[in-house]
Amino acid sequence: MTQTYQEPLVTSHHASAPVIEMLDISITFGNVHALDQVSLRLYPGEVHALMGENGAGKSTLIKALTGVYSIDAGTITVGGQRHEFHSPSAAQAAGISTVYQEINLVPNLTVAENMLLGREPRRFGGIHVREMNRRAQQTLRALGLDIDPASVLGEHPIAVQQLVAIARAVDVDARVLILDEPTSSLDGDEVEKLFDVLRRLRADGVAIVFVSHFLDQIYEIADRMTILRNGTLIEERMVADTPRLELVQLMIGRELEELDRLGRGSGSVPDPSRVPVLEVVGLSRKGALEATDLSLYDGEVVGVAGLLGSGRTELARLLFGADSADHGEIAIRSTRRRLRSPRHAIDRKLAFTSEDRKAEGIVGDLTVADNMLLALQASRGWLRPIPQSVRTRLVQQYMEALNIRPADPQALMRNLSGGNQQKVLLARWLITDPHVLILDEPTRGIDIGAKAQIQSLVAELASKGMSVVFISAELEEVLRLSHRMVVMRDRRKIAELSNDDVRVGDLLRIIATEATDVEQEGSSDD
Amino acid sequence: MTDTLAPAPPTPGARKAPAGPSRWARVTGHPLLYPLLAMVVLLIINVIATPTFLNVRVQDGHLFGSPIDIIRNSAPVLLVALGMTLVIATRGIDLSVGAVAAIAGAVACTRIVAAPDEGALVTAVMAVTLALAVCVLLGVWNGFLVSVLGIQPIIATLVLMVAGRGLAMLITDGQITTVNNPAFSKLASGYLFGLPIAFLVALGMVGLTALLTRRTALGMLIEAVGINPAASRLAGVRARTITWTVYTFAAVCAGLAGVIIAANTRSVNANSLGLWIELDAILAVVIGGTALTGGRFSLAGTLVGALLIATLARTIPNIGIPSEANYLFKAVVVVAVCVVQSPRARAALRVRRPSVTKVEAR
Repeated sequence: MTQTYQEPLVTSHHASAPVIEMLDISITFGNVHALDQVSLRLYPGEVHALMGENGAGKSTLIKALTGVYSIDAGTITVGGQRHEFHSPSAAQAAGISTVYQEINLVPNLTVAENMLLGREPRRFGGIHVREMNRRAQQTLRALGLDIDPASVLGEHPIAVQQLVAIARAVDVDARVLILDEPTSSLDGDEVEKLFDVLRRLRADGVAIVFVSHFLDQIYEIADRMTILRNGTLIEERMVADTPRLELVQLMIGRELEELDRLGRGSGSVPDPSRVPVLEVVGLSRKGALEATDLSLYDGEVVGVAGLLGSGRTELARLLFGADSADHGEIAIRSTRRRLRSPRHAIDRKLAFTSEDRKAEGIVGDLTVADNMLLALQASRGWLRPIPQSVRTRLVQQYMEALNIRPADPQALMRNLSGGNQQKVLLARWLITDPHVLILDEPTRGIDIGAKAQIQSLVAELASKGMSVVFISAELEEVLRLSHRMVVMRDRRKIAELSNDDVRVGDLLRIIATEATDVEQEGSSDD
Repeated sequence: MTDTLAPAPPTPGARKAPAGPSRWARVTGHPLLYPLLAMVVLLIINVIATPTFLNVRVQDGHLFGSPIDIIRNSAPVLLVALGMTLVIATRGIDLSVGAVAAIAGAVACTRIVAAPDEGALVTAVMAVTLALAVCVLLGVWNGFLVSVLGIQPIIATLVLMVAGRGLAMLITDGQITTVNNPAFSKLASGYLFGLPIAFLVALGMVGLTALLTRRTALGMLIEAVGINPAASRLAGVRARTITWTVYTFAAVCAGLAGVIIAANTRSVNANSLGLWIELDAILAVVIGGTALTGGRFSLAGTLVGALLIATLARTIPNIGIPSEANYLFKAVVVVAVCVVQSPRARAALRVRRPSVTKVEAR
């Protein structure tokens, strides 16, 4: 583990001592190391980006700092004094404020009431409304925000609510402001507004922790960054000294040359005479995906590569009707269709497993057999139960074929391991005999054995004529399985390439290119 | 199609749940243990107060005695709780059942009074049919508010809870309507095979519901929607249809309960018929082990819950608790049952038997 500490090139001239120093923090859940000797330093007047893919430990580190989780080892120093917070309110009292992606404010109170909630100015035993509005106004002005403090918070767009949340955090004299994916639901102008506020705060000497999946934003706003991977510290870097390609490598974590050797797979160029099983043109949804075209053919695995937040999941959800598209046309075997809901998509022989297995996949308190048969049963409607003999046969067949453990159809789904749950979910869809199978991160968080089984299953399904969309953060996996690859970045498709001698390095380079270069890169691939 | 993957080696042992839990574990782990224990305790208290409490004698070919009264009186709550069980399983709640019962009673009674032949069997059949048909409409209304408009169930059904009593008042013109129809009265006070017809009707509905939910896929889909609505939607479950069905069913059950209550008093008072029965029903469901957070439901549990509530109602006068302390006593018993049923109390009971925790962990 390399820990390169450099002196911060901080823009302001505040004290050069860190306001917060977390040293060798370890946290374990059960026997899983969520954090293993991770360190983080925050200086006044800097925007510090916390980088890493899913499961890298970013949220855990933040929660360790703010007292949501208690740490198993390591020290936290605040302003030179050792501290350990045992509750979020204790951290807040020490000047550490957090603004989460989901806004923790009260939508039916006014902006001012939200900002001063819990410390309202009082008069005659009641709340001094005029004084409250005045003080809120003052804080908002200082941040360059033109928001009426007496207006109801819920009537404002999410972006404004987020800014109010920040204003509230700042108003409690925050020395440290933590922003956990604040930009994921904002559009370009709104992000700019947010960044203006952040720049003002930085100039005032606030230390800002910034978590975002958008590399462009990191390069625009952040001064320094700490890169985490699998719960370990990779490096602390100055943003200006770190080229994008190197950053992506540090996050995904293999040397380029090593990855290049791994690249395998056979390419396929779509035959223009064939009819695509699924074709979308200009598919888009505000805040999720910009206009995207995609054609899927029988017997082909199309891999989708891209970082978290690149639009890879959003694309899958729109294809399946899990979210509804604002614009775009969908044709299934050249017949135009509208997919208003998963139900419609399933009737058109589409299938989809969500990246969030727990929240959107398994029905934990039902048995394995019920989970497996859920989609088929839903298609038949409740009045036509699957005959017992067919149930037994299907469940038996798929338990054996996918080697599901424990081999007990009556076991409760929630008691299975992640890999076995994923196999049950795959069985759920295979039983419906889909033509298009959309898999969003099907191998995330499961053991190696199950992962290999799922990969070989995908290859086999495609060889038997199924069209598979395979989304994964692991580029090696995408390369190994795909015939064609779609590269996503900043909520749109930036390249589409046949898997002929493509190497992981090539994909990394495309992902890491700057927005301006992408236009050329994209056009050369079309 | 996946023949290249190694098939699981046949392991007959693994097909069963890992080596069955000890008998003690099965008993302490059974969700109905504490409600049943509470029932036994209540019966013992009653026998101490009145040694002949459990005596059942045959008279005129019917069974008579306190236990028979209890099962007859449990019928309305059992019916309402039955519909409530399915609603709660979908993460919902139906507060309007009492008002729906009142409407059903009002419709049935006014229909009988208005009929040219007030005493005829056909009059009673027509009246009950009409009442239940009205309940279907009311249930469809509730289902519409919840599943189509997406209003929170507690608010959506509050509408009918309040408006329904008004509707029942309109139907009866605000009068207490008294009916004189032997066939109708028999629904509550009659006997078949020596047992109260009301209880047989309720028990029949329980059996029918068990068939409907466990023989079709309705039960599984209801539970799937209740446990994980998002996953169910992505699996293509028509949650809207399911929700709509359960609210309609709950209204029909409530209607049947209302008709039985009206038949029992041979009259309908729109103000008092089925008043607060929704709360007894919710209680019966919860005592029976169906969680208010939705998901797995137990019809047998609801049956036990309803019987426990009926037993409790009978116990209060029998052991001479003054009527002013009536509700307080009920509350104490309910709290006691809920406390011993709580996960924390169960965990405390289990700690003494490590073998049990091991089984649970898997």
